[in-house]
Formats: sequence, structure tokens, C-alpha cells
Amino acid sequence: MFLCIGTNMTEAHPVAATFLKNAVLNGAELIVVDPRKQPLVSFASLHVPIKVGSDIAFLNGVMNVLITDDLYDREFVSSCCVGFEELKAKVLEYPPKKAAELCGISEDLIREVAHRLAAAESCMLCYTLGITEHTCGKNNVMSTANLQMLLGNMGMECGGVNPLRGQNNVQGACDMGALPNVFPGYQAVTNPDARAKFEKAWGVKNLPDKNGLMIPQMMEGLVDGTVKAFYIFGENLANSEPDIAKVEHELSSAEFIVCQDIFPTETTRFADVIFPAAAWCEDDGTFTNSERRVNRVRKVSEPPGMAKPNWWIFRELAKRMGHEWSSASSQELWDNEVSVLAPSLAGIKYKRIENDGLQWPCTNEDHPGTCFLHQDGCFTCGLGQFNPVDWTPPAEVPDDEYPFVLSTGRRLYQYHTRTQTGRSGMDFLLPEETADISPADARKLGIDHDEIIKVRSRRGAFEVKANVTEQIPPGMVWMAFHFRDTCANWLTNPVYDPDTMTAEYKACAVTVEKL
Amino acid sequence: MTTGTIRLNGNDVEFEPGQSILDVARDNGIDIPTLCYLKGATPTGACRMCVVEVAGARSLIAACSTPVTDGMEILTDSERVHRARKLNVELLLASGTHNCLTCEANGNCRLQDLAYHYGITDIPFSITPQPYPTETDNPFIIRDFTRCILCGRCVQACNEVVVNLAISYGYRGADSKIVAGTDVPYFESDCVFCGQCVEVCPVGALVEKKSRYMGRPWDMKKVRTTCPYCGVGCQLWLHINKEGKIAKVTAVEDGAPNKGRLCVKGRFAYDFIYSEDRLTTPLIKENGEFREASWDEALDLVAEKFKELKEIYGPDSIAGVSCARSINEDSYQMQKLFRSVIGTNNIDHCART
Ligand code: SF4
Ligand code: FES
Repeated sequence: MFLCIGTNMTEAHPVAATFLKNAVLNGAELIVVDPRKQPLVSFASLHVPIKVGSDIAFLNGVMNVLITDDLYDREFVSSCCVGFEELKAKVLEYPPKKAAELCGISEDLIREVAHRLAAAESCMLCYTLGITEHTCGKNNVMSTANLQMLLGNMGMECGGVNPLRGQNNVQGACDMGALPNVFPGYQAVTNPDARAKFEKAWGVKNLPDKNGLMIPQMMEGLVDGTVKAFYIFGENLANSEPDIAKVEHELSSAEFIVCQDIFPTETTRFADVIFPAAAWCEDDGTFTNSERRVNRVRKVSEPPGMAKPNWWIFRELAKRMGHEWSSASSQELWDNEVSVLAPSLAGIKYKRIENDGLQWPCTNEDHPGTCFLHQDGCFTCGLGQFNPVDWTPPAEVPDDEYPFVLSTGRRLYQYHTRTQTGRSGMDFLLPEETADISPADARKLGIDHDEIIKVRSRRGAFEVKANVTEQIPPGMVWMAFHFRDTCANWLTNPVYDPDTMTAEYKACAVTVEKL
Repeated sequence: MTTGTIRLNGNDVEFEPGQSILDVARDNGIDIPTLCYLKGATPTGACRMCVVEVAGARSLIAACSTPVTDGMEILTDSERVHRARKLNVELLLASGTHNCLTCEANGNCRLQDLAYHYGITDIPFSITPQPYPTETDNPFIIRDFTRCILCGRCVQACNEVVVNLAISYGYRGADSKIVAGTDVPYFESDCVFCGQCVEVCPVGALVEKKSRYMGRPWDMKKVRTTCPYCGVGCQLWLHINKEGKIAKVTAVEDGAPNKGRLCVKGRFAYDFIYSEDRLTTPLIKENGEFREASWDEALDLVAEKFKELKEIYGPDSIAGVSCARSINEDSYQMQKLFRSVIGTNNIDHCART
């Protein structure tokens, strides 16, 4: 059985979705929790169309039923988890009636989901950014984990909490320590032993011991002057961050911006210096996918003109700032540094991943890699900790002035800000953005399919084609961020989860205006 | 059920319950030619290329769709089997146009291989002209119905492997055709352009449009790599032509995690690297305009600026964002630059989007 919540898998992770659909054809049951009737719903035995941002209310409601009807996995909870009494107390505050009201669904549906989950031998929970891109994103994630622990669906092949990572190497960039709080392999920068280890390996003294800034804080620092220089490698922040007008103000406030990219983008306009970089296929290396599998990427051609591998550019800068680094190829970087310094990657060497990649943790060169975590209820940190959480509404909810909720995401035929897909012929399949709205709202506002309308939020407005579709429930507008002029991020709300600093891309308030 | 024994070309061999004749033959190193058989999908028995002789059966039996039963006696290599297979190939060659000179699949075609194997030089049947025009109206997939042998592998792949449910068998008898929706072009149907149909087409009926005239299969070098788009991390074969360019992309069969599958982006959205828009020299902004610069000049400028800011405002006045699209080694190197050279933990990437 599968429980998919906040994941538009057939469009955002199409090949992963094929395996899920195979399982459904072979008799597996699928429950889809999503405000939209997105493509996966046609394979589901149950669609739970909760309101945008009501995930915790829903999950607490389901757990309420599991506990009050005594349907949860008592054995797993008592032997592998701690904090059950606190969880129980919290979810008892969410009887199905209350949860149903918050979610805009029926009480029976909540009960039905709970009973089906309890009846299933195991259930794999999959989520994507529908869970994380909220001001309560971290709590959403903890809530999914609470549910899976309560059901005893942990540490088994067809169970667990499975986030599908958005970009090809977002997992890898985290593993490599491109994060303000950890070195490669998630070793905390605040830990003196970890610092000592990296100081020795890198031949330096006094590595910084405080956590650094996260992207939104960096950008705010550009305006208040605490951050003077901003080095942007690859990201097209001017389109991909919420509230483009604010982002562009921040970028233009910087004293000095360096961009390193393969194309000129909306972001490189703000640069003082642009470094031309080698692209995919122009360098050897590795990507790490959502299953923590480290896969090889291979070079087949030279970068154009004077463009250079990214690692080379960083190495040259280090040299000019007084540091000679010895590794002079991706393989040397990986085999001699990354896998030596990150214990969970210690067993992964280029020679072992010539064909299929290896999944970390892989702690020595005889280790076969790890297919799923927390085997047999053995959590990496000892016992599984329940973290009871309360539902909180999105920071901006519809009101009289802005009566619709805008939610955003990706579409199948384009990728992010189209720097790549827009140059690969994909525009034929998806030439422009649309504002997806429900037939009921279209009727109410007198809007025809394909008619140009105006969508406005407190932060911006633009004209865009209406796409009237049954996928969308009344009261909602859905858009992507692939096209510049009609990028949903002119509208989105720059508010963040307080811990993870993930922006609330999934919910803000807008109006839809007939022209 | 337990395992059992059958007699295969005169030798006793064991089988596992549920195995087909084809499975057992392949397990024992015996080659049976197939056309319509698609691993992982329900066998359809459509092409009858895989026929074998089974003792006691009046007609020849399709090996791919027939489960073995204990004590079966099978001949895969008899005169009768070969006659039937050859006739089959001749009939297929007579249906539609199979002009190898202009076919993209030349050198990579099951039908061509079989015709060669059976030494077929002329076709003893009149060639049935094929009534359906070739579909070329999208930039990715060409559907040439004159070359289609109606094996149905594309239908199986679409419906059972990737489950996009876009194509099926249409019409009957001599009018048979593989149709998308109600016989509309792919672009107007539910097709999502994953190209799995192209991947499994054993002939030249479905080909990648971008790869046309890019090179012959025997001139291509295959290089394995990982898709640059989403977090699934599909394994690809890049088919590199003599000029060193990617002519097409196919999936790594049996490779983890995608097991021979791809989506539209992984299969078709690779040629952005050849775009005229690529950045090719370092650029420095002067008076609001970018001008070209040498690496030395651009790198020195950035290094000096960083040193100066670090000196005046401290290392935390510099912040950086790494790239979640690029390789691990690049992110590693960037955080190392920030931590060990600049001296700040102000390094992040779009981990949250
Ligand atoms: S082929 Fe498609 S599903 Fe696979 S990694 Fe690429 S974008 Fe993702
Ligand atoms: S391969 Fe067996 S009938 Fe086609």
C-alpha cells in the first residue's frame, strides 16, 4: 500500500511514478492526499482532497482514529519508540470532526483512511515539496514520521517515510556539506572534533565554529549590509525564490556578486563577474539521487570556448587566496577527499560505481550499500522519537480582498526556470504558463478556457492564460515557475519555516480577475 | 509447486514453476528469436517468431507465452521450426516498406537481423502497400507506419511498463494500426512523450527525430551517465556519434534505479549543452555592461575582492549558494572554499526547493 501526500509524482518524478503504477496494476492500494485531482489520482482507490496547508490536521485526525479505535501497532510503538503519551495527548485534540473541518473533507474519509492504513500489512509513505514548502514544513515532515511509527511501518522495504528529492543532485549537495551547519557527511560545524578533523585534512586552522546563514538570510543580509559579496553557483534565484520583486531588490543591493553558470540567466544580470562553467556531459563526477544512490556522470565533450569545470574554478580561487589544493580531478576529489572525510561514503570509490551506483551508508569498501534505513526498527539515533505537532495555517490565507489560494509546483514538460528544457525543444510541448482554475470558479467569474486573465497577489500581478480544469478544486489557483513573465514567484509569499527556512511556495492568497 | 524436468532439444533440464518455454531455453543458453516479447510485460504471442515444436502438439507453439509443464519435450532448432520462422519473416517483410537504406534503424533492427539470419534475398509475396502516412509533427518521435510490424511491444511498454495508457491496437485485419487515443497524433493524445515506445520498437517504425542523420548505429560509442533533471537519477546511455555529439539517449536496461525506463526530459532534453547561448568566456561588468575577460583577470578580481572584504568586514560578509544540479565534487569544492579559505559557514544551496 502507498500513501502519497503532497507529491505530484507522475510529473515531477515520472520514472519513480511508473514503478508505483506497476504496483497498483499488480494489486497494491494507493491513497493520494492532495488538494488537486492530479494524474496519480486516477490510479488511487482513495483521493483525499484536503485544503492546501491542512496536512497536519489531517494526519493528526488519522492518528486520532488509530489511537481511539486501537488500530495502531502497539508492539512497534512500545519496543521501538518513545514519546507515545505526548503524541496521544496531542492527537486527541484532533477528533475526526475537528480535523475534517480544518481539511475541508468529511469525517468519514478520515476514518476510512485510518482503517485502511491499519488494515494494510505495510504502507510506504511518499512525499515531495507539498509537505515541505510550507511555514510548517518541518512539522509536516515530523507528522508523517509520527504516522508511520504509529503504524509500525518503519525499517522495512515497503514502508518508511520517503521524500522524493526535487533536483537531480539536491541530495548530493546536502551530503557534500553545501549547508551552513554541516561539513560533508553531516558532521556538525559546531562540533570541535569535526572541526579538528577537517582542519587537519584541509591543512588549515580555526575553521568557523558558528552555523552560517541560509539562503533567505543571506539575501536579507544583502539589503541590511551584513553580507557584502554573494557567490551564486548555478542557481537562478531571480526566478526561483519567492517574491521576485523582493529578490531583485536584494540582488541589486549587493556590493559584489559573482555568478558561475552555463547560461546567462535573469540572475546573472546582477553579477559583477560571471564565470563560464562546464555543463553536464562536460565533466566527470557523481550525482546522488533520492535513494541516496551515488551514480557516475561522465564527460563526453569539452566545455565550449573558455568554460571550465566548476571544481577547477574554485581551486583557482583558493590558489589566488593562498591555498594550494592537490586534488585535480573529480575522481581525486571524491576518492581522496569526500569518501575519506564522510564516514557514510567511505566505501564508495569511483571504481566501485562504474556500473550501478551504491546507496549510502556504505562504510567500507566491502559494504554493499544500504537500500533502506532504520532496518527492523533500529533507528540511527536509538529509539524512534514521536514529535507531536499542532496544525498551523499558512501565513497568508484567502480573505475578501484576495479570495483564492495559490499553490505552485512543477509541470512535466519543463524544468525549473527553463534554462535547460527551454533550450531542448520542450517549448513545443509546453510553450507557456497557465493559471489552472476550477470549472466552478471559471463559471462564477465568466472566464473561458484559454482566456487571458489577471492573477494578483499582495506582491505582484501578471496576465496569463486561464486553464479551466477539473484537476483544481474551487477556491484554488495552481501555477508553475517555468516562464519568466508569468512566473508564479512574482506572487508567492516570502515567508519561511522558522527552522528549515523553506519558503511557503505552496500557499499564498491571490485574486483572479477577468480582463 | 515444485520444480520439474523437461526435455529440451534432447537434454533433460530443470525448470521453476511459472517459467515459460522461452525462459527455460534462455536459462540454458538456447537462443530463440523473439520480436514481440517484452520483458516485464504480459506475453501477447503476437508475432509467432518464437515458435517451437512441442511433442504431442499439432501446431507449433509460441515459446514466450507458453508455460512449461513437467515432462514437456521441446525442439527449438528443428527444420519445421526454422521453416515457420522464415516464412514469418518473409510475411513481415511483405507488409509495408522495409527499405533499409533510408531507415534510421539500419544496423539496429531485429527484422533486418532475422532476414539476414534466414538468408532472405527476395520476398515471395507481393508487398502490401501501407495506407497510413508517417507522423512527423512533433520534434521528438517519428511514427513511420510503413515500417511497423504490429508486434505491439510499444503498446505493452506504454500500458504495462510505464503505464501511461496512451496507445493501443486500432482497426482490424489489413487495416490494423497502433493508435494513440482515437487515432490522433501523439501530440493530441494522452501521450507524455516518455519515448518508451521508441525504446522498445524492434524496427524503424518509431525513431527519435533529433537523432535522424546524426550517425549510424555502428559508428556510435555508448557512454553511461546519469540524467541531469530530477532526483530519480535515471541511468542513461548516451549514443555519441563520430563528431563527438550526443545523437540519442536510451535507458540503461536493468540498471538501477530506472530499469530501462526514462521520461521525456531524460530522453529528449539533452541538447541544451549545444545551445548558442552558452557562456564561453569570463565576463566582467564595467559601467553597467559586461565585457569579456581572461580567466586570470576575472579570477584575480574576485580573489582580491574577497580578500579585501574579508579584511574589512570579516569572513561572514561573504556568502555563497552552491548548485543542486551540478556534481557532488563541485559542491564539495565550493563549501571547502568557503570554510577553509574564506573562513565562513555561509554556504547553502536550494536544499529546500
Ligand atoms: S529520466 Fe525523467 S524521471 Fe528519470 S531522472 Fe531524468 S527527469 Fe527524472
Ligand atoms: S516473441 Fe513470442 S510470439 Fe512474439
